[in-house]
Amino acid sequence: MTKRSWLGAFLDRNGLALGLYILFAVSFWLLFLIILPQLAMIDFSLRHDLPAAQQGGPLDVWTFENYRHFIFGLPGNPDGWNRLDVGVFGRTIVAAAFVTILNFAICYPVAYYLAQVAQGRQARVMAVALVVPYWVNEILRAFAFRIIFGATGVINSTLQALGIIDLPIDFIRADIALYAGLGYAYVLLMVFPLYNAIESLDRNQIEAARDLGAPWWRIHTRIVLPFAKPGITSGCTMVFMLAAGALAAPQILGGPSNLWFTQLIYGQFFESVNWPRGAAYAIILLVACTLLVLLVMRLFKVRLGEIGK
Amino acid sequence: MAGGVSVELDQLLVQFDKFVAVRDANVRIEPGEFFSFLGPSGCGKTTILRTISGFLEPTAGSVRIDGKDMAYIGPNKRPTALIFQNLALFPLMTVWENIAFSLEMKGVAVADRRKRADELLALIALDGQGDKYVHELSGGQKQRVAIARALCAEPSVLLLDEPLSALDLKLRQHMRTELRAIQRRVGLTFIYITHDQGEALTMSDHVAVMREGVIEQIGDGRSIYDDPATAFVASFVGENNALPGRVAEVRDGMALVDTTVGRLRARIATAARDQLRVGAEAIVFIRPEALDLDTAGASDETTIHATVIGEEFEGPNLHLQLRHESGTELRASLVNKGRTGTASIGSSLAAAFDPMKAVALPSGALSAEE
Repeated sequence: MTKRSWLGAFLDRNGLALGLYILFAVSFWLLFLIILPQLAMIDFSLRHDLPAAQQGGPLDVWTFENYRHFIFGLPGNPDGWNRLDVGVFGRTIVAAAFVTILNFAICYPVAYYLAQVAQGRQARVMAVALVVPYWVNEILRAFAFRIIFGATGVINSTLQALGIIDLPIDFIRADIALYAGLGYAYVLLMVFPLYNAIESLDRNQIEAARDLGAPWWRIHTRIVLPFAKPGITSGCTMVFMLAAGALAAPQILGGPSNLWFTQLIYGQFFESVNWPRGAAYAIILLVACTLLVLLVMRLFKVRLGEIGK
Repeated sequence: MAGGVSVELDQLLVQFDKFVAVRDANVRIEPGEFFSFLGPSGCGKTTILRTISGFLEPTAGSVRIDGKDMAYIGPNKRPTALIFQNLALFPLMTVWENIAFSLEMKGVAVADRRKRADELLALIALDGQGDKYVHELSGGQKQRVAIARALCAEPSVLLLDEPLSALDLKLRQHMRTELRAIQRRVGLTFIYITHDQGEALTMSDHVAVMREGVIEQIGDGRSIYDDPATAFVASFVGENNALPGRVAEVRDGMALVDTTVGRLRARIATAARDQLRVGAEAIVFIRPEALDLDTAGASDETTIHATVIGEEFEGPNLHLQLRHESGTELRASLVNKGRTGTASIGSSLAAAFDPMKAVALPSGALSAEE
């Protein structure tokens, strides 16, 4: 089909006004909110950090200095590589992956129950119970977690009152509060794609497997999980991307000795006021996360198009 | 392959909250028998099947398979295999993986699984199609794969939940013959659920006809059709003209019933021998094919005078829609022996019947379906 006839058919189907609006909205979204800002960021990331007076002058040329800095640090760095930034980057990716796996482990049973077991009123109540906590602002929720996990927080005082521990556990320094906060922040983004996928699974498939002798866990590994793979990928991708890119939760819940990579980026932009380096770090995070997601999808044999199902 | 075993339902009661889905079900299904539960939707037949397969527990009474009580034995532990109405084949697995799924669950090695799957593919005449996916198969092929998958689990009892209902008419008729042939070959007990009386009558050794959770009659196809036990069975299985009235006389297993079309003579159904007394409300059932335009030798009590109000020519049969002067309508099916002797619309005629082929039953609920 040629482009012209595709466009014509699209406008015929949706009517001229609606068709033009959709085309405009989508192209505006793509161009002005995604493509152009990203291009601007790439452009920034390839420039020197120059004072305003020299910008546009003879020194203002493209460079890979900011990317080099991420890997090797300042010139004359005795380590030979940027131990601090690469270390933070690596820890962030691993921690985000950990949060994603933790989130999946918590959400899969919930989504399965909601989709295949709960009925009518029970299912509705459960869905509402999942959604209502998100009416509370994200920052407030993070502070609430800080209070819950704090030295004199609910958990510590309960454990102490029960005589299980003597001294309060420092959940903040151990990053437990951060993982819990991040995990909780994206529960919905994991539950609903999983729910959508599992909900469309024919109950008879589960019963057929059971009838043919499958124990419950084999029903999950052989029938439900493979079927829900697009939903799993979709949920995990969103949670991983958002966890790796989270800023508020690490700021509030992160341990004093542990930085999240986004905090480095934030620091470059707003504390060092080195926009080019901040831009370069942001691009590095984006590209690394995207590549990782594509790699994992490859490993699990999921095609990009399936996620939309 | 394991041979078929008996299945017994003993005073079975299945209840959902206050709704009684099945009550007082007493059935003995012999080893190797093809047994059907026949009834309209909502009659409890699927509940019975799910109770036998173990997806439901009886509220009271018991299910015995091969003499053993099956209480609290899960579906994965029973010697039954269920073929679902929508087949429930696994879309993400190949045909052979589907068939060998039960072996995979038993931990059988891949090579042996494949070998067994190929043997079963040969049995269902799908040799060499094992590596296809289910969606690449036709409706009838999927049907056969579902059967093979169930047989692979080596059940003693195969349970089939209206597996032919999604197929078109031609294929359905073909699969009836095929199912029956497979059943004879493997010698298993088949328990078949259907609302299609044609399926039930053609394939089964015995049929149980159900209405509103109750088994109204158990018998072979002939007895169900020719000697129904209740008004519901008479009206649900096959077409029937139902003529309600009051019993005027009972003698030698025959009854005279005063109906809207006059006094009719009919044989009293075996199951109703002790129930039909003079003065009782009764219904005379006359099959459309029992009515004949040849009135030679017929008496007043075996003849109905009516006007032809409609005609359907089907090929081998000619169906006449008749109306008696009382307004009662009847249907007569005549075998096509050429155009001679048939009546045109608006003409009056007399239709006679053999009183042995008319059945008198106590009045009762009729089938809602025509």
